[in-house]
Amino acid sequence: MEAIVLQILNGLDKGSAYALIALGLTLIFGTLGVVNFAHGALFMIGAFCAVTLSRILTLSHTVVDETQKDFLGNPLKVDVPYMMDWFGESTGAAIIDWAVPLSILFAIPVMIAIGVIMERGLIKHFYKRPHADQILVTFGLAIVLQEIIKYYYGANPIPTPAPAAFKGSFDFGAMMGFDPNTIIYPYWRIIYFAFAAVIIGAVFAFLQFTTFGMVVRAGMADRETVQLLGINIDRRFTLMFGIAAAVAGLAGVMYTPINSPNYHMGMDFLVLSFVVVVVGGMGSLPGAVAAGFLLGILESFASMREVLAVLPGLNQIIIYLVAIIILLTRPRGLMGRKGVMED
Amino acid sequence: MSKMNLTRRGVLKTGAIAGTGVAAPTIFTAQSAAAFTNEPTGSSVTLGFNVPQTGPYADEGADELRAYELAVEHLNGGGDGGLMNTFSSKALQGNGIMGKKVEYVTGDTQTKSDAARASARSMIEKDGAVMITGGSSSGVAVAVQALCQEAGVIFMAGLTHSNDTTGKDKKANGFRHFFNSYMSGAALAPILANNYGTDRKAYHLTADYNWGYTTEEAVRTSTEAMGWETVAAVKTPLTQTDFSSYIAPVLQSGADVLVLNHYGGNMVNSLTNAVQFGLRDKLVNNKNFEIVVPLYSRLMAKGAGANVKGIFGSTNWHWSLQDEGSKAFVQSFGTKYGFPPSQAAHTCYVQALLYADAVERAGSFNPCAVAEALEGFEFDGMGNGKTLYRAEDHQCFKDVLVVKGKENPTSEFDLLEIVEVTPTSQVTYDASIFGGELGSCNPGA
Repeated sequence: MEAIVLQILNGLDKGSAYALIALGLTLIFGTLGVVNFAHGALFMIGAFCAVTLSRILTLSHTVVDETQKDFLGNPLKVDVPYMMDWFGESTGAAIIDWAVPLSILFAIPVMIAIGVIMERGLIKHFYKRPHADQILVTFGLAIVLQEIIKYYYGANPIPTPAPAAFKGSFDFGAMMGFDPNTIIYPYWRIIYFAFAAVIIGAVFAFLQFTTFGMVVRAGMADRETVQLLGINIDRRFTLMFGIAAAVAGLAGVMYTPINSPNYHMGMDFLVLSFVVVVVGGMGSLPGAVAAGFLLGILESFASMREVLAVLPGLNQIIIYLVAIIILLTRPRGLMGRKGVMED
Repeated sequence: MSKMNLTRRGVLKTGAIAGTGVAAPTIFTAQSAAAFTNEPTGSSVTLGFNVPQTGPYADEGADELRAYELAVEHLNGGGDGGLMNTFSSKALQGNGIMGKKVEYVTGDTQTKSDAARASARSMIEKDGAVMITGGSSSGVAVAVQALCQEAGVIFMAGLTHSNDTTGKDKKANGFRHFFNSYMSGAALAPILANNYGTDRKAYHLTADYNWGYTTEEAVRTSTEAMGWETVAAVKTPLTQTDFSSYIAPVLQSGADVLVLNHYGGNMVNSLTNAVQFGLRDKLVNNKNFEIVVPLYSRLMAKGAGANVKGIFGSTNWHWSLQDEGSKAFVQSFGTKYGFPPSQAAHTCYVQALLYADAVERAGSFNPCAVAEALEGFEFDGMGNGKTLYRAEDHQCFKDVLVVKGKENPTSEFDLLEIVEVTPTSQVTYDASIFGGELGSCNPGA
């Protein structure tokens, strides 16, 4: 029982990342009809927004410490962050410690701007081209973006820890009446799940309860009719691209304490997120979210030692196996609609 | 007057024969007049540095390349001479190799076996490299070593830790200075016993590829021999990034030690996840829960950040060593590049010098003469104490370092501290235990 609860918890945070990326992918596909293979790169750029802000907050001047030696035997040069000079040691250290949460504020405008530039600068030229062309150009863009990041930040993962207040883990087992230490779960992963739930709720609320969202939904259903009503749907769709980029970026920002960001992390999530979109149903926002969590949980169960003892290697194929089964039994995915990507 | 009878079939036949001749790899044809592959005939000799310049180990590859460039500078008489000043062999004079100026070409392994073979082949066939060296992966090392054996050039392995490189996949033309999984296990086990006791239950997470298997086997064998019990060993996909679903069940298994048989990005992520789950704060079987990382590298420690604090592992070399060779290398590398060298840089630099020295002592670039000079060669002053290039498997035997993540690092390079210098005798094994045959040296001619 404890193992099952544990793997469901694991699946929820894994599914949170899949759901957030898939949500953005579906938003772009649903509004602009573009299959965006650069979406994983947006997740990665979001993570590097956290790295960048962390570096900005730790900009330092050098002080020579005569009491210590460096590796060449010279007096040690110690970096002292300006934050500590300006705000005092404890406040400065606290600001640096909270770099990742603060990066949310930094990443939103940056990611919206990147999304809008990407859409206006490149992707709009491929609206009327076949999906194969869109895939090729966006995949190429993803590679260019990751190589740019690698050039400036290197290939090595960069540790970007959570604030000290959220380090360590919570003993769910003890709370639920099981033995202590049987169901432990890191605080930051709980926060990641809650954060994902808030973002997903906010996106749905934005589309459901605002006039802008209503127009976007109308445009997704019948673009031509909305345009005939004199509404500039293209501008709204461009902004939706920016919002989708921000969703992916925020998913990346909050993911940095879970795994140290590296230039390749977007590609690691990209294929899985596309499987999530297809399983959920092309163009279906609730489908993307549901499939994200479903596949995250199934992936966790497939990694259990007991499961691997019976079915070795299942952990490596489970997502694709589920995708095959879903597509055979429900060709449009879990919540896909007729006519979407079927021409 | 002669008459030419041109028929369609005749032209096709002639074309096919000519085409085959042109298309045949020059590696098998161009050397026919020489005694061995790429025999240097001019005033220079070309070495091939095959390192990861792209992909996940690009930073490690960059450090290897820095070391090679430094080695070339020293071989050609530039800089401060580095380890040539402390090397026990005095064959190198700073006038190149056998009076020929050392030049080099580079290839990008991408940490992929096929790409590494292609770049090595290109350096041998097109650039005339007489020796290939470098790399950051055992899979790549085994693949390139096999290619060099076929081509008739010497392969001086870079960072490769699998037992197989000089075990079941060893080749007569291949040589490894870096230590291996067996040595890590043999060096770590006594330190783990001293610090954590002999009554421990270990849970292994193992990267699902060759290096992971040999490392798990080595650590299991060594720790079980001193009384530890292995409660589980789970293979994790090489492409895995989030290890939470593998780490969460560890405490339920009753284990009180987690051994992460992971390298590179796998290790950075699995260790980060394990620390996030608070494993090191737990008390299991009335003992503090511990984590062990059999193979450390500075770049991995940098990627994992504060998570490495207090965690034991092993390493081939560390810049904080205080022997004359290590100090000379750190001084030389640090002055040129502004930061201390990694273990990957050290092993690559040493391999380049060892090759050059072997050529000088052999008096020939012929790979068979070089191999003979390296086999059974005992040396000192290269940073690892007295070292033997064992003739039976072309593996170097030297002291192995057990290190621990430093609690209070003073810089981004000061992440590990040396806990123990394990003597050679403790990590030496019978050359036959891993199987394989060296075969015969191939000069390629």
